[in-house]
Amino acid sequence: MDYRLELRKVSKSFGEVRALRDVDFQLGRNEVVGLLGDNGAGKSTMIKIMNGFYQPTSGELLFNGKVVKHLTVPMARQLGVETVYQERALAELQTLWRNIFLGRELNNRWGLLDVHKMKAETHRLMTQSMGFTSHAVSPDSKVGKFSGGERQGVAIVRALYFDAEIIILDEPTMGLSLKETEKLLNFVRGIKKAGKSAVFIDHNIYHVYSVSDRVVVIDRGRVAGEFQTKDISLETLMDKMINVAETGSLD
Amino acid sequence: MTSQTEQINSKSSLHYKESFNLGRFMRNYGTQLGILAVFVSMWSFFIIMAPGTFLSSQIYYAYMSTIPFFALIAMPLTILIIAGEIDLSFTSIMAMGMIMFILTYNATQSVWLAFFVALATGLFIGWLNGIIVVKFGIPSLVATIGTQFFWRGAVLVLSQGKSGTLVYTKDSLLYPLLVGKIGGVFPVQMLWLIIIAVGSWVLLNRHQFGAHMYLIGDNANSAKLMGVNTGRARIKGFMLVGLVSAFAGVVASLHVTYFWPSLGEGYLMRTLASIFLGGTSVFGGVGTILGSFIGAFMIGAIEAATVAIGWTGFLTQLIYGLIIVLSVIMHTYLGKRLS
Repeated sequence: MDYRLELRKVSKSFGEVRALRDVDFQLGRNEVVGLLGDNGAGKSTMIKIMNGFYQPTSGELLFNGKVVKHLTVPMARQLGVETVYQERALAELQTLWRNIFLGRELNNRWGLLDVHKMKAETHRLMTQSMGFTSHAVSPDSKVGKFSGGERQGVAIVRALYFDAEIIILDEPTMGLSLKETEKLLNFVRGIKKAGKSAVFIDHNIYHVYSVSDRVVVIDRGRVAGEFQTKDISLETLMDKMINVAETGSLD
Repeated sequence: MTSQTEQINSKSSLHYKESFNLGRFMRNYGTQLGILAVFVSMWSFFIIMAPGTFLSSQIYYAYMSTIPFFALIAMPLTILIIAGEIDLSFTSIMAMGMIMFILTYNATQSVWLAFFVALATGLFIGWLNGIIVVKFGIPSLVATIGTQFFWRGAVLVLSQGKSGTLVYTKDSLLYPLLVGKIGGVFPVQMLWLIIIAVGSWVLLNRHQFGAHMYLIGDNANSAKLMGVNTGRARIKGFMLVGLVSAFAGVVASLHVTYFWPSLGEGYLMRTLASIFLGGTSVFGGVGTILGSFIGAFMIGAIEAATVAIGWTGFLTQLIYGLIIVLSVIMHTYLGKRLS
């Protein structure tokens, strides 16, 4: 099969704690997969393995059918994986342009920054993609005074700027207003339309159900089951989720 | 269609010009302007109180001759403090570099080789500080108190507590290159301070290294999530402080052509005071090279000024303390007001 990203028998332990056990997971081309599960089920660990932040204790990762060993964050980015984190991963005392290019500054071979280009690109992204029209906001504005939705916008635009093929969203609706949440869900639908793939984690089952092609249920570090959203109603899925939480089994 | 929009995009980015906005300018440079204002008022006060001294060029040459000894180190140390780390061992690195200088000279009779060995010693001790902090996860405040004692101890053991003349360096080209006087008046070490200040500014504001140091000090977790190698960047920061400390040690010793085993001990508080006076935050993520540069000259000026004005020298420390506390309050206040 031709998957964008695949986990095979992946386990991850932190000392005594086994966060993931023998997880198999596939992300197809142009597919949006929702990850569902309770707090501490292992969703965040799973995506941090996909983007190279953690290395699995055992098991392997495949990108486009090829095994990739010792994946790091910069390597994953080269492979087209971008992550929008729950905590936004912003540096609040720094300017907008520094945040957009965080960890991936445009520079020449001596490491000297191309500040003008970064500011110009930030300005373009702001006006075209982030919808910042206010004159009070410039590439030199500090991110710390932005609202929750604006911060999320920065985190998302940052992920898109670098031509991501796989976009991982970790609890992106957290702390957003209703309107901002709707905007975000539309954005996830936009990823699908653009022919890219996404992994979407959210506490809110409605959000996950409404944008995903497929949902994968994680429970206590294992994959408890998966469903195509077109084959299952929201009510049935909710019943199953409650069952998993109570008994550890779907039915 | 897509290529067309791409073209429009690249055109619009080419045409991007930064518009000037007074409010934003004040927000971004407010604390630097603040410290500059304090500096100018202090200086004006000196001129009014002791015009004879402060309107003649002599005192400025004297400042430019002695302030660089600690101001040099304040430059890279500012970068390290911005990253949320600190190095208190630089005073001992100054002396340890000179010990290696003297040992190398005694063995080879080469002043140049001795100079490079001193610099390498600074780099090595800085690297070791970095390893202790990064690999063992020990807070740098604690780790470098330890290494400060350790290397001072090594200096005392290796020198047997004895001081010694460095008069032989006067025959070498190194002497005029480090501590000579241009035109018989302008101290070369001031030129070195300017070079290192400009170099540090470029590293901090126009280089990936500096960008990462700001990020680490601001939010180390974000930096890690976005793939910044926070350990390696911090180790480099410690090495930079080590290198410049050893350099400053050689400059300070050559200036008096004499080595004291206590070399550097008087500089700890002055260097740190310069940096915090200049608006660098002890919590990391915020700070400027220009601020530390001005801070160093304020600290350096106060001592001579109190005497020139005719006050007792005992007042020096009291005035130090007063200005430091007031400036730090100003920075915090301005920082809150402006954002």
